[in-house]
Amino acid sequence: MAEKVLMKGNEAIGEAAIHAGCQCFFGYPITPQTEVAAYMARKMPKIGRVFLQAESEVAAINMVYGAAGSGVRVMTSSSSPGISLKAEGISYIAGAELPCVIVNIVRGGPGLGSIQPAQSDYFQATKGGGHGDYRLVVFAPSSVQEMVDLIQDAFDVADIYRNPVMVMGDGMLGQMMEPVEFKERPKREIPSKDSWAATGLHGRKQHHVINSLYLQPEKLEEHNKKLSKKYAEIEKNEVRYETYNCEGEVDLVVAAYGTVSRIVKNAIKILEKEGIKVGLIRPITLWPFPKKAFEEVTGRTKHGFISVELSEGQMVEDVMLSVKGRKPVYFYGRSGGMVPTPAEIAGRIRAIVGGEK
Amino acid sequence: MAHQEIIFAGFGGQGILSMGKFLAYAGMDENLNVSWLPSYGPEMRGGTANCSVILTNEDIGSPLVTDATTVVVMNRPSLDKFEHAIVPGGLLIMDSDLVNRESERKDIDVIKIPAQTVAEEVGSKKIANMVLLGAFVEKTGIVPMKALLKALKEHGKEQFYELNKRALERGAEYARK
Amino acid sequence: MAVIFEPTKALLDVPTHYCPGCTHGIIHRLVGEALEELGILDRTVGVAPVGCAVLAYDYFACDMHEAAHGRAPAVATGIKRALPDNIVFTYQGDGDLAAIGTAEIVHAAARGEKITTIFVNNAIYGMTGGQMAPTTLPGQVTETSPYGRNIETQGYPVRVSEMISTLDGAVYVERVSVDTPGNVFKAKKAIKKAFELQTKGAGFTMVEVLSICPTNWGLSPVEALKWLRDNMIPYYPLGVKKDTIGEVK
Repeated sequence: MAEKVLMKGNEAIGEAAIHAGCQCFFGYPITPQTEVAAYMARKMPKIGRVFLQAESEVAAINMVYGAAGSGVRVMTSSSSPGISLKAEGISYIAGAELPCVIVNIVRGGPGLGSIQPAQSDYFQATKGGGHGDYRLVVFAPSSVQEMVDLIQDAFDVADIYRNPVMVMGDGMLGQMMEPVEFKERPKREIPSKDSWAATGLHGRKQHHVINSLYLQPEKLEEHNKKLSKKYAEIEKNEVRYETYNCEGEVDLVVAAYGTVSRIVKNAIKILEKEGIKVGLIRPITLWPFPKKAFEEVTGRTKHGFISVELSEGQMVEDVMLSVKGRKPVYFYGRSGGMVPTPAEIAGRIRAIVGGEK
Repeated sequence: MAHQEIIFAGFGGQGILSMGKFLAYAGMDENLNVSWLPSYGPEMRGGTANCSVILTNEDIGSPLVTDATTVVVMNRPSLDKFEHAIVPGGLLIMDSDLVNRESERKDIDVIKIPAQTVAEEVGSKKIANMVLLGAFVEKTGIVPMKALLKALKEHGKEQFYELNKRALERGAEYARK
Repeated sequence: MAVIFEPTKALLDVPTHYCPGCTHGIIHRLVGEALEELGILDRTVGVAPVGCAVLAYDYFACDMHEAAHGRAPAVATGIKRALPDNIVFTYQGDGDLAAIGTAEIVHAAARGEKITTIFVNNAIYGMTGGQMAPTTLPGQVTETSPYGRNIETQGYPVRVSEMISTLDGAVYVERVSVDTPGNVFKAKKAIKKAFELQTKGAGFTMVEVLSICPTNWGLSPVEALKWLRDNMIPYYPLGVKKDTIGEVK
């Protein structure tokens, strides 16, 4: 068994990436994820790998684009306003079908917002962010250990589907320390990059071009259809979620991800003592969204669902789409860096179960 | 059942974050589930530092402590802010050299230690945090003192180990009173 | 029969989309010849810009990479850092490099990225149809400076080579022109030297090539070449702006 170490989330991200064979890291300082870059700056040169602080988030994501096109495992990390700046590059990377890992340690917005934890980048991460018909695989860990595991998995998923993968955590997850183990992850078959990477010809006859430009409408549509097919494949194979306390008849089911799901678990324990049975569906992939998990429990939840988020209501829309109007869907959110207490969440659930809408 | 949800709070520079870290290391070595979350976000105010630390043999829910089994304070604003976050029957440990009022709570245990004075007797005011941490560990028994000492040895600065150890012991004496 | 002229292997045998009389073709060829003659075509990766040369990736025979508008130096940085044994170049126009991509080119140069930038300066936005560029001359008429570039409201042109040459990371910066056969030869020499320096592991190298845009200048190619000589060269003097290495041995 691997040794347990106590690590800050942001540093664990760096170490996990190194374990996953990340060859290059390009970043730019922004709170609350700066420790990722600092960790990589300390570690990467010592093992002959690349750390580079770019002149902006824009430059950093384009360096990622170049390195990904060269066929190496590459990562960047940032926080909300920085991800907005990277959005253009992410669209290019998705369009050119390149694998890379992007970390977003989310802070409050909009605008400069705050440096405090939030989940208000859900729309940006799952519904686009950048322009065009593309999808980003989005992992949402809820503990430092899961962050470590998912960072490693993210590199595999990125390579398998030639698609950017985002690992999104709120500021708390980046800042907190928890024990982690760097376990061997299940081995997945990683396709060779030889058929497309722009590595220099080195005797190859046909030049490789990394590109997302298709000036002929027919060609671009063909390309978009191909991407859609790939996204359908991802939706089929890569959905991940956890259910908690969802067996049998339940009074209400909570949807929550990341750190909030942990607070919800505490709330569920409070309510359990009062005889109120509350289940939890915790999406681990925000895209593809675990629709089936909701469908599966829709018939067994008396009062329906509530989405609890550190936002003014974003994931709740995907919950509604999954529930398809068959049961009520409620929302409870705190934003701007405010974090709800278990008692607060329990209070809202108690009111719904008690008949208050 | 081992379960402690602690808020350490004081001024920046008093070693608030590090006392939490040493405790978390010790908890991990004792096979407890642990989390450490520094003052970050809504609970942060100018010049003050605090951290939430949880040691438990259950699963850890929120890493942000809002209902503390113990609060350790090293200044007056921290007492004002966190005194009411303590659960009934919980524990409050104060540095009485720096906190110039009594606790208003009647339903909790209170340990007052002139930690600055004690630390200075041991060798340096800088280790007042360790005096308080010593009292906490002695009083709650959440980890054995030797586990904490091991954490200090492995993760602390070598040259301060003996000093820190004496400070922990002096704090423990107060908890036994 | 003796071969006295043949196409460079570095360019694919495909028609280009460039306008008649445009000098991009010449500059492509000079880059291609340099890569071929130095024997580095096999390990070169080029980065195409957004602008008239956006499709350059279809013309060069080496591996190529697209970049978003202005970001070619950042993309090239990623490529070079990932595979440092490769030769990496960017091919950028004045809007791409000197407007939207100013930060990227300045910092790639400041870091001394071991890449070569071919900067094609024709004092106008070509692809979008003739708007004012950062290098548009005072008084020059474009779609977005219809009364002539007014320095009071539209500011001054940027002399990019002079600016880049102030940065310690840049080892070789030269401005050349392709308006006469003689200048084309000099341009070739400069481009080849820049790549050669890169093969030696020197820092950032850049060749600025003064180029014409007959279409958007509204001149015949011959008139355009004359306009370049009469107007651009006085404002953008040719020559070596920086050379910290000297002759490549």
